[in-house]
Amino acid sequence: MSVFLARRLVALFLTLLGASLAVFLILEVLPGDPATVMLGIGAQEDSLAALRAQLGLDRPAWQRYLVWIWGWFQGDLGNSYAYDEPVIKIILERLRVSLPLALMAITLSTAIGLPLGVLAAARRNSLTDVSVMGFVQVGVAIPNFWFAILMILFFSVFLKVMPAGGFAGWDAGVWPAIKSLILPAVALALPQAAILARVTRSSVLEVMREDYVRTARAKGLTFAAALWRHAVRNALIPVVTIMGLQFSFLLAGTIIIENVFYLPGLGRLIFQAIAQRDVIVVKDVVVLLAGAVVLVNFIVDMSYALLDPRLRGGGHGQ
Amino acid sequence: MRKLFYGLAAAAALATLAAQAEAAKDTITLGMQLEPPHLDPTAGAAAAIDEVTYANIFEGLTRIDQNGGVKPALAESWTISDDGLVYTFKLHKGVKFHDGTDMDSADVKFSLERAMDEKSTNAQKGLFKPISKVEAPDASTVVVTLSQPTGRFLFNMGWGDAVVVAPESAEGNKTNPVGTGPFKFKNWTKGDRLTIERNPNYWGTAVKLKSATFKFISDPAAATAAVLAGDVDAFPGFPAPEALAQFKSDPRLKVVVGSTEGETILSTNNKSKYFSDVRVRRAMAHAIDRQAIIDGAMFGYGTPIGSHFAPHHPAYVDLTGMYPYDLAKAKALLAEAGYPNGFKARLHLPPPSYARRGGEIIAAQLAKIGIQLEIIPVEWAQWLKAVFKGYDYDLTIVSHTEPMDIGIYARDSYYFQYDSPEFKALMKKLDMATDEKTQYDILRQAQRKLAEDAVNGFLFQLAKTGVWNAKLRGLWPNSPTQANDLTGVYWVD
Repeated sequence: MSVFLARRLVALFLTLLGASLAVFLILEVLPGDPATVMLGIGAQEDSLAALRAQLGLDRPAWQRYLVWIWGWFQGDLGNSYAYDEPVIKIILERLRVSLPLALMAITLSTAIGLPLGVLAAARRNSLTDVSVMGFVQVGVAIPNFWFAILMILFFSVFLKVMPAGGFAGWDAGVWPAIKSLILPAVALALPQAAILARVTRSSVLEVMREDYVRTARAKGLTFAAALWRHAVRNALIPVVTIMGLQFSFLLAGTIIIENVFYLPGLGRLIFQAIAQRDVIVVKDVVVLLAGAVVLVNFIVDMSYALLDPRLRGGGHGQ
Repeated sequence: MRKLFYGLAAAAALATLAAQAEAAKDTITLGMQLEPPHLDPTAGAAAAIDEVTYANIFEGLTRIDQNGGVKPALAESWTISDDGLVYTFKLHKGVKFHDGTDMDSADVKFSLERAMDEKSTNAQKGLFKPISKVEAPDASTVVVTLSQPTGRFLFNMGWGDAVVVAPESAEGNKTNPVGTGPFKFKNWTKGDRLTIERNPNYWGTAVKLKSATFKFISDPAAATAAVLAGDVDAFPGFPAPEALAQFKSDPRLKVVVGSTEGETILSTNNKSKYFSDVRVRRAMAHAIDRQAIIDGAMFGYGTPIGSHFAPHHPAYVDLTGMYPYDLAKAKALLAEAGYPNGFKARLHLPPPSYARRGGEIIAAQLAKIGIQLEIIPVEWAQWLKAVFKGYDYDLTIVSHTEPMDIGIYARDSYYFQYDSPEFKALMKKLDMATDEKTQYDILRQAQRKLAEDAVNGFLFQLAKTGVWNAKLRGLWPNSPTQANDLTGVYWVD
């Protein structure tokens, strides 16, 4: 187990290093000067030079890279050019929206997708199966931002029971904050649930065809018992993989939904930061997300071990 | 179905309105498309900074009113020496900053000198260039000496970039702005909203609103939903003109179309291969149908312009008839310039919809005379680097939103690369002129000169399309400077 952990830690470190180099180099070749973006078209050359010096942009690239990485080791992610505030503070503020949103969406999509998938598999080719697959088809096909706008028109403009967007903030109380995340979470969860249902269905069907399930049935186990005791648990491995990918996606891949609901989340932060050439924010968020993806993969790997005893023991071939 | 849906929506809305009407409101929620990066108008160009802070939190010596005129602000009066070089400002007494410290001549001196300083990161440092020295003979007098007469000096001191800040708090203004205005900064949930509240110790007339919240909604569809749902009371710079028709039929809302200082132009690289020839530029002018662009790109909102000048200004001359739409004439001019079969050129388009939509229409219009445009969409940072700084472009579309900015055509190394000694001489004369009549005469000559040289494709003046609650009064219909001045805003029953 400790070997496994150590390997994972090395992988994490290398991934972060690779991500940091990649994002630094990409932003280096990207056209656009942060100072010009901040001061606009009326700015005089000397004001721009003063600002560049203030931001440390007049130093050579390798120095800026080292200063930035050295800061990470000291827990200092630097100051945002545009906001003039510590990046870590900005990211933490945004995570207060993005993390609960991602958790709500993933919970919701699991709660809908998993049972539907199992149900469809259990009643294969029945009316239930066809309707579930129909829902899945629609769920995958509908763009989530369009579905979001429909929900806003219905729940906010027409019924007026939900805010049309924005984030009430946790200071306003838990319920108002949660309430402002419900519609975005549903909009995000629906397509994910559809994907999850489809994967679960085919995975369960595949396992049901395995010899050991047939053996179990032959031993006299009922269909339901064979399904729950043997098939579902084994079928979960590909499903968990998908969920891991979905969670990483939900953490920052929600730019469009965050724009539709104008939520101050991580996705919108990185989007704005790129447009404003607030490169330090872009760099920090990208590295942080790379770290998050590695971490989620790690958790997914660990859960494989829980689901499948054969995978325990870190490849010692027990 | 759609009708029924909106009918029901309107009924539900009326019911909610009736419920709200009990108490007179003294707060307002305002929608803005862009969020300010920070709140120091003296250290950034983003219009959103001024749209939150101007006149609300910060004040300067003078201020620009809603008609674009200059009004006294922290300076209650001033005198100008006969040679136009020495301005003596008398300051209001008893003015305090939001942190309780006094505002006096030392603060004004500090603010101006800070903006002029070598290390200054003021985005409009040019406004302060004419100043040679600032003196504070006593606590309520400031004497500013200029190195050359500057006709627009009082107007320039009304810009957001020239507001008065205190030495004690200036460094922190980006996150905690401390001004002298009728509103104080309260809090800011980054990415979502910002709240300001009434300043009880304001030196002037107290504002009627108790507090105001700015909500930042960048997506046009989300902005439309927020207005319809009543989540915002006003959206003074509404980003989706296509939704205005729907608002107009809604009795709760008022749609207000005003003017801005944004001359939207087809900027032309006057030193690029084809466009250095005035005949080519004139041919383009003959081939552009302004109204089609306004209708197609702006849903009809916008006023055609024939030069780089705002139609609502008293010195405006209508030059839109100088190059009537005439394809035969345009082709003849192109042939005369040596391109009977036209040529290929690039059109760089920044993100705003006026540019992206307008660009496609212009490309189609110019194709009719054989000018094939390759459309290159760019984001702002790229635009600034390649087009504005690098002159690596043929044509681009941009709205120049600074007030009274005809002077940019006299600048050396400006991105149009228009280099006209005659025009520069006119601008020099304008600075020397002290009486209004002479100034206006020169401005008219300048507009004509730009139109004759067809420096750029002059398209239209950007309209300010706003929508707000029908019971709201006192918001600016026009936008003579970038501001959401809330000092005169109140609710009626």
